[in-house]
Formats: sequence, structure tokens, C-alpha cells
Amino acid sequence: MELIQQLVNGISLGSIYALIALGYTMVYGIVRLINFAHGDVFMIGSFVGFYAVTMLGVGFFPALLLAMAACAVLGVVIERIAYKPLRNATRIAVLITAIGVSLLIEYVTIYLRGAQPEAYPSTLLSDRNLELFGVVISSQSLFILGTSLVLMVLLQFIVHRTKIGKAMRAVSHDAEAARLMGINVDNTISATFAIGSALAGAAGVIFGIYYTKIEPLMGILPGLKAFVAAVLGGIGIIPGAMVGGLLLGVIESLVSGLGYSLWRDGVAFVILILILIFRPAGLFGKNVREKV
Amino acid sequence: MTEHFEQWGEQEMKKKRAAGVFFSLMLTAGLLAGCGGNQQGGSSSGGNGGGGGGGDVIKIGANLELSGGVASYGQSIAEGVELAFEEINKEGINGKKLELVKVDNKSEAAEATNGAIKLISQDKVAAIIGSATSTNTLAQVQIANDNKVPIITPSGTSETVTVKDGKVNEFVFRTCFIDPFQGTVAAKFALNDLKVKKAAVLIDSASDYSKGLAASFKETFTAGGGQIVAEEAYVAKDTDFRATLTSIKSANPEFLFLPGYYEEVGLIVKQARELGLNVPIMGGDGWDSPKLVEIAGKDALNNTYITNHYSSGDPDPKIQEFVKAFKAKYNKAPDAFNALGYDTAYFLADAIKRAGSADPVKIKDALAQTKDLQLVTGTFTVDQNHNPVKSAIILEYKDGQQQFKTKVNP
Repeated sequence: MELIQQLVNGISLGSIYALIALGYTMVYGIVRLINFAHGDVFMIGSFVGFYAVTMLGVGFFPALLLAMAACAVLGVVIERIAYKPLRNATRIAVLITAIGVSLLIEYVTIYLRGAQPEAYPSTLLSDRNLELFGVVISSQSLFILGTSLVLMVLLQFIVHRTKIGKAMRAVSHDAEAARLMGINVDNTISATFAIGSALAGAAGVIFGIYYTKIEPLMGILPGLKAFVAAVLGGIGIIPGAMVGGLLLGVIESLVSGLGYSLWRDGVAFVILILILIFRPAGLFGKNVREKV
Repeated sequence: MTEHFEQWGEQEMKKKRAAGVFFSLMLTAGLLAGCGGNQQGGSSSGGNGGGGGGGDVIKIGANLELSGGVASYGQSIAEGVELAFEEINKEGINGKKLELVKVDNKSEAAEATNGAIKLISQDKVAAIIGSATSTNTLAQVQIANDNKVPIITPSGTSETVTVKDGKVNEFVFRTCFIDPFQGTVAAKFALNDLKVKKAAVLIDSASDYSKGLAASFKETFTAGGGQIVAEEAYVAKDTDFRATLTSIKSANPEFLFLPGYYEEVGLIVKQARELGLNVPIMGGDGWDSPKLVEIAGKDALNNTYITNHYSSGDPDPKIQEFVKAFKAKYNKAPDAFNALGYDTAYFLADAIKRAGSADPVKIKDALAQTKDLQLVTGTFTVDQNHNPVKSAIILEYKDGQQQFKTKVNP
């Protein structure tokens, strides 16, 4: 029974990792950039949702949509201001810029509102506990899982069935050739940032509801974990990010459940190291040699 | 892709090494500046005390958690201290007024160290109030001893703050009781009043405070015939405790001892109740914050207890007088940290008065000799380990409100 309970705990946690990991993986897939500011976009999404609920008094879905919209705009702004001028610079330069953007967002938030935590209103989603064969599942975690799944399916649809999705896949495959075919590469990259950041915003609101407490540095650890999840599934591969996120959540819960809760974060990063050593392309990745 | 990551790793490493060198240089520079400032600080405040010609204010530093994880403690203490300073300055001490210099340590130990260096070397304060937590106070102990400036923590309850390896930290004092006392009181309350025999313990392994309370709780609880059925740990800033709580639940405890700070405690209590862990939960003064009720929710907090320094519901006239003055200024009832901040200011003022000088070393001697001082959080005498001997109370949460349960003397 305890094992099943731990699986339920792990899947709820994992679906949040998965949502954040999707943004990482999409951005990496298209511009080969690990966007370290992604965890902070997640934090901003959480705060936008919080202020929408407490100040505007809206419900869960409007708050979710507002947070997603705000984060989409933020993602595009970050891309246009910080990354676009560096499109032809070395990868390490862009990576360092990403770390800089991450710190900038964190500390501007602290400057504007202070570092004190905020508590999400508990009345936002009705919280009833369902008991199935001794396993307690809160209606919240079912709802969260449902929302995450819907967003993931929507993303698959966008990537595989729409024009912009086709453009994204083309740019990811070969940006130069895509440009020659008349695809507006800059707009496609912006769209990728917008979609990825909107997912992070949604994850922020969901995180707020599930864990109640939000604060300006909350994005750091989930951001890093989502990065691990993205690498675990194979960075640049969308289904990989989902599976990687869920898998990481379950592994963390099982590790804590075995009584090694202090090792939980350590285990996540050991997985990152092992994957990079033995299967750098990730679980879903094909080992393609990069052409020089 | 492999090549890419290898390259990245190498570059990252170089950057880290460079950063390491940079930070150690900064640290050395900071320490040197601190030491240099010390001599100036000592002589100038000595001059103040001796001649009395150096102005008529005595600067007191406050190194508090005004933002960050435990901001609510620091802000509460600052309110208490400010109220007390106002009252004290109406008459003045030996013809001088107290001036408060506040620094924000952002609830981080490294910032607390920097804050203490700044207060001593730049502001040349006669004494420092703070910090609120044991960990942040411990980060300043070395600086206080080296620079010979007394520091009083209003609420750092870890034993190691004032005594290290059997040796008293000469310049460090506190206004609150110590962890072993809180842990002992909690264990006795669990055994005698709640009549439980099987307890689980969940501690914050990054906090000296949490470990201290847990150690004395376990000792007293097992000595009294109780049994510890599960012992788990978390680290501050964690947000997901469901896995740990699930394994605690499967050990079937009748009671959960949870010494921690309100940010994590709020989440733990909430998640424990969600998982159907409905046993009584008890903690220490680290729970005491209005944020706790916001985070955990008032229903989840039913059937929880804390040990604390004081209660605004206590009928003692000294306490009611303070509650009235506090309400007049801030328009809310004072919590324990407000009371401790207020008491710390009076504890210090009393010592400055008896020392007859603003010389930090004389203030330190006077603090150590404090005897039967009547304060809001109890009458206290400082013992040879610089700890006050005073009483504790137990509060119960009912629908989000703290209710006075009982008072326990040492």
C-alpha cells in the first residue's frame, strides 16, 4: 500500500517537473541553448497567478491563463533582449547570459516585493481526499495531473499538426535550410520561447496550489530538477521531457520513502551524471553524430 | 551532443575555480576590514564611555532577518525593540539616548556575518541585538568575541550559541530559554498530558535549532518510557514532504514531534493532514508566526501544540501592560518574538545603566551579572553559561488561534 501511495506522490511531483522540462527541451531543441532563466520564468508565473487570485479575485482557470500569457510575453522579451543579439556568438557566451538573466529575474523580484514567502489561498481548488484501497489521493493532485496532461497533449498537437509546429521542427532540424525555404526563423524561435515559457507559467500556478508556499528563489531547484528530467528523457525531445519528469518525480518519492529523504536531491543529480556518462543522448535520444 | 557537454563541463569548472579565488579574496578583504575597524571602534566607544564628550547617543546594532525565509521573526523582533527604545528614550540612560542601527541579514548566515562586521567596523555600535535564529547568531559569534562587542540573540535557542566545547562565548548572550528545555517540556507534555507512548520525530537537518530540540525530546521521551518509532529528516527549503510523511505514517506513531521553522512546518502539517496523519503534532517557538496559519490552513493546525516564551493571553499585569502599549503602537496583539525583542532591549538597557558607560566590555560584564530582572517573558537571572533561567508555556492551536494551555517552570 505504501508503495502505491509513494507512486501517487511521485507522479504528482513528476508532472510539475515534466511541465517545466518541456520548456527546457523545446528551447534546447531549437537553439541549442540551456535556458537557465527558465526556472525563474516558472517563479514569475507562480507570482502572477498568486496576484491574479488575491488582487483581482479570479478563479483557477483565469489565473492559469493569465500566468501563461504573462510568461509567454516574458519568454519572448528575454529571447529578444538577451539571446537574439548572441545568436552567432559561442554557446558558452549564451549560456553565461542565461545564468545572468536568471539572477536578474530573481533579484529584481526580491527588490520589488522582498524575499518573504507568500501562501497560495487554499480555497482556490476544492480539496477533498479520495481514499482508494487505503491510498489517499487528493482531488487537487488528480486535477493537477489532468491539467498537466491536457497541456502536454495540446503541445503535441501544436508541434505535429500546426503550421508553426512544422516551422519549429524545420528550424530545429536545420535553421539555415529552413531560412532558405522561406521560414521566418526569428519568429519561430520566439514562438518556441513563448510556448515553453507559457508551460512554465502553468507549472508555476500548479506548484503554488499544490505546495502552497511560493517565494522569489523557488525556481532554482525545480528548474535544475527539470533540467535533469529533460536530459534524462533526451534533451530536445518532447516526449522524453514528459517521461523524464514523471520518472524523476517517482524516483525521488521512492528514495524519500525508503528513508533516505536527505539523499533525494543527491540522487537526482547522480542520475544526471550517470546519464551524461553512459547515455548522453538520453533515454529517447538517438545517438546521432554531430556534423562538423 | 557529447562533445558539447564535455566542453561545457570544462568551461564551467574553470569559471567555478575563478569564482572560488574571487570569493576568497573578497572574504579576506572583508575580514581585514573588520579587524582594522575593530581597533577604531573600540577606542571611539571607549572614549564615549569615559569622557562622555563624544555625543549623547549610544548606538545599538540590530542584525535581524528583515527579509528572506524567516523574515517574520526578524520583523517582529524589530517592532519589539523599537517600542522598547521609544519608552527607554523618554527618560534616557545615564543622560544618553539609544539609537538603533538595523541591518537586514536576509535570513542567511553569510549575510549575518557581513552585517556584524558592518555594524562593528562602520557604525561602531556598543552592542548588537540579533539574530533571530541560532544559525545566524552562530555566524556572528567569532566576530563578537574577536572584536569584544556583546551580542544578544532574542530568540536563538540552540545551546551552542553561548557555549562551545564546554567554553562560554564571553560576548554572547540570549533573552530566551535554550533548546534542551523546550525539548524536555515537549516530551513531558506528550507523556503526561497527551498520554502517548509512540512518537515520530521529523527534523530539519540543516538547522542547529531543530537538531537540538529533537535530541533533548528523544532523551526525555525515552527516559519516561516512550518509544521513538520513526525518525526522518528534511532540509530547509524543501517543499515536498509527502514521501517522508507516508513512511512516517506507516510506522503508526501516536504523536509527531516537529521542531522546525514555520515555512516548512506549515507545509508539513498541511501535507500530513492530507495524507491522513491525524495524530497530535508538536513543535517549538519556531512555529510562532502568522504565516504558519496561512500556509498550513487553520483546520490542519487543529490538534497541534507548541512550547513558547510567552502568551499575550497570560493574565500577569506586567504582560498585560506590554500588550496594551504594543497594541497602541502597532494595532495588533504582540507575538512571542515581539515580546522577546522588547525584553532584549530592556535587558541591554538595564546592563548599560548598571555599567554606567557605553564601553562594550563593561556592558558585557553587566549583562553577565543580571539578576532577578523583571521582564515580559519572565523574571530572569543570567547563569554562568549566559543563559537566562526562566519559564516556558505551552500553547494549543484551535481554529488558527493560539490558546494558552499551561506554564512550565524550569
